[in-house]
Amino acid sequence: MQSLGLEVLFKGKNFARLLGGLWTALQISLISIAISMVLGTLLGILVGRKNGIGRVLMRCYLEFIHIMPQMVLLFIVFFGTAKAFGWNLSGELSSVIVFSLWGTAEMSDLVRGAVTSVPVIQYESAMALGLSRPQVFRFVILPQALRRLIPQSINLITRMIKTTSLVLMIGVVEILKVGQQIIEANRKSSPNAAFGVYLTIFLLYFLLCWPVSLLARQLEKRWG
Amino acid sequence: MNNTVKKITAVLVLLTLVLSLAAVNAESGKVYRTLDEIKASGTINIGVFSDKNPFGYVDENGDYQGYDVYFAKRIGEDLGLTVNYVSTEAANRVEYLETGKVDIILANFTVTAERAEKVDFALPYMNVALGVVSPDSRVIKDLSEIKEGDQVIVISGTTAEDYLIKNNPEISLQKYDTYANAKNALENGNAVAWANDNTEVIAYALENPGYTVGIPSLGSQDTIAPAVSKGNETLLNWINDEIKTLAAENFFHKDYEATLVDTYGLDYEESLVLEGGGLTE
Repeated sequence: MQSLGLEVLFKGKNFARLLGGLWTALQISLISIAISMVLGTLLGILVGRKNGIGRVLMRCYLEFIHIMPQMVLLFIVFFGTAKAFGWNLSGELSSVIVFSLWGTAEMSDLVRGAVTSVPVIQYESAMALGLSRPQVFRFVILPQALRRLIPQSINLITRMIKTTSLVLMIGVVEILKVGQQIIEANRKSSPNAAFGVYLTIFLLYFLLCWPVSLLARQLEKRWG
Repeated sequence: MNNTVKKITAVLVLLTLVLSLAAVNAESGKVYRTLDEIKASGTINIGVFSDKNPFGYVDENGDYQGYDVYFAKRIGEDLGLTVNYVSTEAANRVEYLETGKVDIILANFTVTAERAEKVDFALPYMNVALGVVSPDSRVIKDLSEIKEGDQVIVISGTTAEDYLIKNNPEISLQKYDTYANAKNALENGNAVAWANDNTEVIAYALENPGYTVGIPSLGSQDTIAPAVSKGNETLLNWINDEIKTLAAENFFHKDYEATLVDTYGLDYEESLVLEGGGLTE
């Protein structure tokens, strides 16, 4: 049988390096996800309201993020800010900025959708019971919106984790880049390394995203 | 005003804002660090490949190795500085220098007139031409054998891409951002051939039975040189002096024998290595 090229993983510190790369990817995505969830929820609730200039600015921001591929955003933040303003942002910081901007935009869209999907009759009934506006939100609308929000935001989280593979383009050595380095360093001694290494990366990504999906299913069941 | 017009206006307003801010800033100051500033910081940032064995790669202990890295190490030693290696891709080497995110690029960087407008090249330390590798089942010996519907792999931002776009616009290209992806594409049979620096394709064919370099030398002979940000004269002059000084000890021949000989054998040593910028020969 042909070798799967898994032997390269046990050479030197290779496997530890791969895990280190995974940790880098995970750190970037976890920080960005935390920021996105908080800011996205706030923005999503605010954007549902009708007030002039804030709404226009929000629309600009959302449209801008939606039409820009993440790769372009990474280049704008990493190289663009250096060219335009002379800021020397690290690759990691640039990645967190881009992923937070993107995550916040998507999250606020999801929240807005979830909030507006709660039937108007719910607002009216709550108001009729004498609840104040914040109370209506806190006790009536949010609990219902949250339930509708869970599956989509989990989907967003896993997408954010997976998209971190783009950050190698701005010099951040994350799991995919470490994988390519290992494959290249061993291209003579283990020509099949590509298969083994990519398989391992696939499994690691899976181990990362699967529990998140499981958790989502649990939450849906409990609250559904 | 309908929705689409609103959106377009919004984006335009935003872009104008960003661009005007950028224009204001572009007039002020340099992006690079002078030699004295680098020395004062204690660390020099050198952009190298991290997945291009044997020029720049990372070994199993996580250390950078290769022909370019061997020279980078020496630069660090002679300046008495710690070298901070930055992993670059072929497609973003120019940007790294234009933004001063690295001080030197030592990443198999072929000297071209177009690039020289954006960065400053030091004396070269290696020769290179283009080559084309293809599977044994259909060896491409001349570009005219590439038929309509066939695709050729190139890596974005490389000389091979520029050359084919300029001289053979009829050939449709399949572009990849990283070396590893281009290699996978050829092995998966996504295209009929792969055009790249001849060193690359010679090494590739030696290592991978089933592939042959049908065209070993395409286009003009080029050189590979270190590059610095446009206008960074103090650093540029230092590198040039360093390369001239190193010729006395045959440094790049030693470098070749330490890093490239396993890949190309001794046959190619004299034709590939350039000592002292090639000026003394």
